[in-house]
Amino acid sequence: MGSRELSFTERLYIIEVFKGLWLTGHHFFGNMKRHLARQLGLNRLKKGAVTFQYPEERRPFSPRYRSRHRLTKRDNGSPRCVACMMCETVCPAHCIYIVAGEHPDPNIEKFPVRFDIDLGVCVFCGFCVEACPEDAIRMDTGIVEIAAYSRKEMIYHIEDLLQ
Amino acid sequence: MMTSLTIEVGKVLLVLIGVLNLAAVLTWMERKQSAVMQDRIGANRASILGFRAFGLFQVLADSIKMFAKEDFVPPMGNRFLHTLAPFVSAFFALIGFAAIPFGNVIHLFGKDISLQVIDLNVGILYVFATMSLGIYGVVLAGWSSNNNYAFLGGMRGSSQMFSYEITIGTTILGVLMIFESLSLQTIVQAQGELLWGFIPKWGVVVQPIGCLLFLVAGIAETKRVPFDLPEGESEIIGYFVEYSSMKFGLFMLTDFVETILIASLVTTLFFGGWQIPYLMRDGFHFPGGFTVSLSGTSVSLLQVLSYCVKVFFFCWFLLLVRWTLPRFRYDQLMRLGWKMVFPISILNLLATSLLVLLLR
Repeated sequence: MGSRELSFTERLYIIEVFKGLWLTGHHFFGNMKRHLARQLGLNRLKKGAVTFQYPEERRPFSPRYRSRHRLTKRDNGSPRCVACMMCETVCPAHCIYIVAGEHPDPNIEKFPVRFDIDLGVCVFCGFCVEACPEDAIRMDTGIVEIAAYSRKEMIYHIEDLLQ
Repeated sequence: MMTSLTIEVGKVLLVLIGVLNLAAVLTWMERKQSAVMQDRIGANRASILGFRAFGLFQVLADSIKMFAKEDFVPPMGNRFLHTLAPFVSAFFALIGFAAIPFGNVIHLFGKDISLQVIDLNVGILYVFATMSLGIYGVVLAGWSSNNNYAFLGGMRGSSQMFSYEITIGTTILGVLMIFESLSLQTIVQAQGELLWGFIPKWGVVVQPIGCLLFLVAGIAETKRVPFDLPEGESEIIGYFVEYSSMKFGLFMLTDFVETILIASLVTTLFFGGWQIPYLMRDGFHFPGGFTVSLSGTSVSLLQVLSYCVKVFFFCWFLLLVRWTLPRFRYDQLMRLGWKMVFPISILNLLATSLLVLLLR
């Protein structure tokens, strides 16, 4: 985009200034009207602002939104994960650490003894979810407030992820 | 003796407290108004016992924060001047209000009280002088910080204020020629007359171009957004970079007080001050013979109310301008000041003087 020569009326500023004032004034009075109507209880449907009052009011997430991970469970409550290491391999941030153990059921073979995700390193790409052959890991918890006072607390263990 | 002294002190306190409170309310209004203009909600979290009052307590929270912060003076700066500068700014912005009439003469306690702190016969020159002296605050702040950016900001500020004060001076001259007085009270009283029997002889009617130019130059004087190069908070930083705590707060307050000062001056010079169209001493006299009679006190109170409403409207308008326009580049600012606004004001002055001479 190169700079465009201003036309004569634009170089006078004054007309453009009043156009701008008209636009912002239009927004001001329109929003004021809606705010007042809401305050007086006349029209509760139209909002005067697009703001979400965050901690009290939450923006609805899209169903595809990638939030904190969780490990899905079988009917008996044990993790579906078979410790195949697919997610650990595909993870571009190397934030998943799995230690496999022998499962008593011969049809399942393995289960994770440890399943740690370092959320301080995770890039929330969702590759682990796509790679999983057992639908054992999902990113649909809707939890986005992942914060801690130390890096160590950012590492989520299998107990946290199974919740 | 005692009663007149009490009345004088009362008027001073009324104006001072009124202006400072309006300035405080303007800090809240600026947040809320900009929010409403941009489809947001604005500051609404400050609360006392869960009572939020649309964020009005934000003003209190801000001032407590300002007073509680560390007051820092740069090690190589001039401590005395660094402390003096914000007070100079705020002081000269505040004393300008002394000469501005906020009402006609009111009859109270068996006395005629002129609703103006001092009726100077050179009132307008006095206000103009205090506005010019405000530059010292800017220059001192820039220089005493011993910071090149602050210094440059101070220089930008002073050159901008000088340039636009010339325009203010020439536009005011047109008003002076028409109303033939330097006293602001006399100018306002003269605006109560009617042109051809039905148009109020307000400054904006007889000096439309002058009014527009005065508004432009006035906004430049307040150093707020379309002309905020002296401070340029988002990138070029200005004369009060090295200020913290309430000293910075005083500069911020000065900005709002100057906004009110410009709003009051525009009201006084161009929008009839405390005049209400067709309101005489004894009530309304509409063209066509329709009259509504009112008592003298209620007329005076109505006039004070009208002055307050007008000033408030112009404060609102200046905030609207501040939140609408982007900042000028420095060369654009100077070109606008010297090559557009100033020549037009000179032409306006010439045309006005010719008309005044011909119509006499």
